[in-house]
Amino acid sequence: MAVRPTTEKRSSASAQSADKARTKTPRTTDNPQIADLSKDEEIQAYRDMLLIRRFEEKAGQMYGMGLIGGFCHLYIGQEAVVVGMQMCIREGEDQVITGYRDHGHMLACGMDAKGVMAELTGRRGGYSKGKGGSMHMFSREKQFFGGHGIVGAQVSLGTGLAFANKYRKNDRVSLTYFGDGAANQGQVYESFNMAELWKLPVVYIIENNRYAMGTAVSRASAQTDFSKRGVSFNIPGEQVDGMDVRAVKAAGERAVQWCREGKGPYILEMQTYRYRGHSMSDPAKYRSKDEVTRMRTEHDPIEQVRARLLERGWSSEDELKDIDKDVRAVVAEAAEFATYDPEPDVSELYTDILL
Amino acid sequence: MPIDILMPALSPTMEEGKLAKWVKKVGDTVKSGDVIAEIETDKATMEVEAVDEGTLSEILVAEGTEGVKVNTPIAKISGDGEAAVGGPKEGSAATASTPKSAAAPEQGEKPAVPDNTAKTVSGVPAQPVSEPLSDPDLPADVEYVSMTVREALRDAMAEEMRRDPTVFVMGEEVAEYQGAYKITQGLLQEFSADRVIDTPITEHGFAGLGVGAAFSGLRPIVEFMTFNFAMQAIDHIINSAAKTLYMSGGQMGCPIVFRGPNGAAARVGAQHSQDYAAWYSQIPGLKVVQPYSAADAKGLLKAAIRDPNPVVFLENEILYGQSFQVPKVDDLVLPIGKARIHRKGKDVTIVSFGIGMTYATKAADELAGMGIDAEIIDLRTIRPMDVPAIVASVKKTGRCVTVEEGFPQSGVGAEIVAQLMANAFDYLDAPVIRVTGKDVPMPYAANLEKLALPSVAEVIEAVKAVTYTA
Repeated sequence: MAVRPTTEKRSSASAQSADKARTKTPRTTDNPQIADLSKDEEIQAYRDMLLIRRFEEKAGQMYGMGLIGGFCHLYIGQEAVVVGMQMCIREGEDQVITGYRDHGHMLACGMDAKGVMAELTGRRGGYSKGKGGSMHMFSREKQFFGGHGIVGAQVSLGTGLAFANKYRKNDRVSLTYFGDGAANQGQVYESFNMAELWKLPVVYIIENNRYAMGTAVSRASAQTDFSKRGVSFNIPGEQVDGMDVRAVKAAGERAVQWCREGKGPYILEMQTYRYRGHSMSDPAKYRSKDEVTRMRTEHDPIEQVRARLLERGWSSEDELKDIDKDVRAVVAEAAEFATYDPEPDVSELYTDILL
Repeated sequence: MPIDILMPALSPTMEEGKLAKWVKKVGDTVKSGDVIAEIETDKATMEVEAVDEGTLSEILVAEGTEGVKVNTPIAKISGDGEAAVGGPKEGSAATASTPKSAAAPEQGEKPAVPDNTAKTVSGVPAQPVSEPLSDPDLPADVEYVSMTVREALRDAMAEEMRRDPTVFVMGEEVAEYQGAYKITQGLLQEFSADRVIDTPITEHGFAGLGVGAAFSGLRPIVEFMTFNFAMQAIDHIINSAAKTLYMSGGQMGCPIVFRGPNGAAARVGAQHSQDYAAWYSQIPGLKVVQPYSAADAKGLLKAAIRDPNPVVFLENEILYGQSFQVPKVDDLVLPIGKARIHRKGKDVTIVSFGIGMTYATKAADELAGMGIDAEIIDLRTIRPMDVPAIVASVKKTGRCVTVEEGFPQSGVGAEIVAQLMANAFDYLDAPVIRVTGKDVPMPYAANLEKLALPSVAEVIEAVKAVTYTA
């Protein structure tokens, strides 16, 4: 049974004082009961998060070499959010849509690392034949709907995906991701209103990584508890420790079930952190080195799983090294493909404009 | 095999920098994520972070060295074996460095200059030209019935909704109110609230929602109470609906129709009186239709609903109540992108569309009395524009006047003029004249409003000018 965290309960539970605490340690404030993952799930989560981490490190490196152009927004630090949520849905059936920090979402959806990396380098083997770039990739097969560059636009679009599910009378769910920055866009609330009005199956996942580009949440948001952003629409919301894949999965299960049961939308505020700048050319002068270091050493989503795996004797150091080797091989292969795959043929300039 | 660490770029425009400091020294163990060095440019300092693991075996560029070129090897890491697994091949770009806390120019991110200019091919490929389809042949004994544009639009939607269960209509007051302008009259009763959906007043939101539904394969008809309100939603029409097919390499089609009254009505002031034909017609990835007659409204709306692309369908409140002869056929579908010769003539070509046609037709009647035989082209579709039809007519008449209610600068007429310069320059016997709405926000006062719109007299005056008639 899904437990509906009432909005009344929420408002008293996380008063202003909780705000300060949260800047130190993200916590699942309402649902302290975090179900353990099985051994297989932990290992899968470790592998999936590590793939994103290594992929993004490689992308950063290739950007530094000039192989990737334009904007490049890395997901490092936030891996537990997409990996945990993906464990709650049916791949290829439920829809996923996000903004421009999208590499992690695509890898979590099961999209091929080669195709993603080749899109970053603007090559013909990329998911969009090199015509989309870092921010614009899609996969009908995996039901990944982008990859959108206008902050907040994906919220209305993802609500439309949920509308289509309801129209077709199936039980699919739309996972609609956006950040703490996008959460201040007007169309987010237009979408919330319609989603609750029409009971659309959409989980709004607000990835609160504390900074909208360089603006700290507290400098941009009158209400910094994003789980409350649906209160006036009667949309239930939860704050989730987005650095802990177990907490993400547990909350995700509740939210997805809520949607599948036809009860309407659900909001999950994922309290997370990006280690890198907003994009590659971000000096990150708006936060301290200590803050970043603390998050990395104390709350790293991958290290948490790794520690549990070792502590419980579910994996040996060698087994984890093997996973790391496999992941590095996948990333190296993707990087090589993306480096040597040719650019799109010039004839592609005028294709794919109209069907 | 040792791995080279290369001098990274912190932005696509950076060419060299100073190696300010080595944080690790030779012999140190390096783990992924460790900061190994700091580099400086004239703009900022940044840290070089290791990606691969191993031992720092050699430092190739000393601390304090200025002007180190991007991609120069600065150090070597000898791996403990794992970095080499599946690693880049000999000679390929093997590095272990990545800018971590990269400082940027204050103006922010700049688009990259690709590093592979050698491979780019000079010369832009020619834009493909597609021949517009012709109108279907009607049976010789076809019966015509009188119908208003309003009825034609409603019938078009109803017929397509009967034909295809994925078609639905949404917008403000489309269901229970029966349409703010009664275009959706009766649809709720026939198709139920599942398919005729009243939205809140939330254009940005429901336009985006419609586009999302279209991405997933439904065929939404999104009604704007007027296109003036679609300004709230223009981001989704352009950035989401029109561009996604291209950005997805052809994967993500968007079969959606945005429709509603467009242009000036009467005495509603500046914010409710604007023709958006030129705005939307600039966007690759959109089709833009603006019908005049009821038959065209019906046949083109049916085509728009069936079209796999986003179509902006611009109607006009004043035309809604006007009656036209509509052929009585089972399935009237007309080709988007094909102009219609409304009236044949030999002395001058008048090109118009939508409500502009009311000025053009009245002017042609009066001109006939003066002995000037005008040909009228009703564009019907603004994008893709049927340029061959205009050019063919102008080659015959040698003279052209365009008529539209929109603003003059960068308007549809301006585009027609440019196309004629490129494709019919040698055939023109006079400069083309545009008759447009005036270059002012629409005034409210009746006399000023009349002046702000085109007039039959202005069309006649323009035709006289291009035909050098006194």
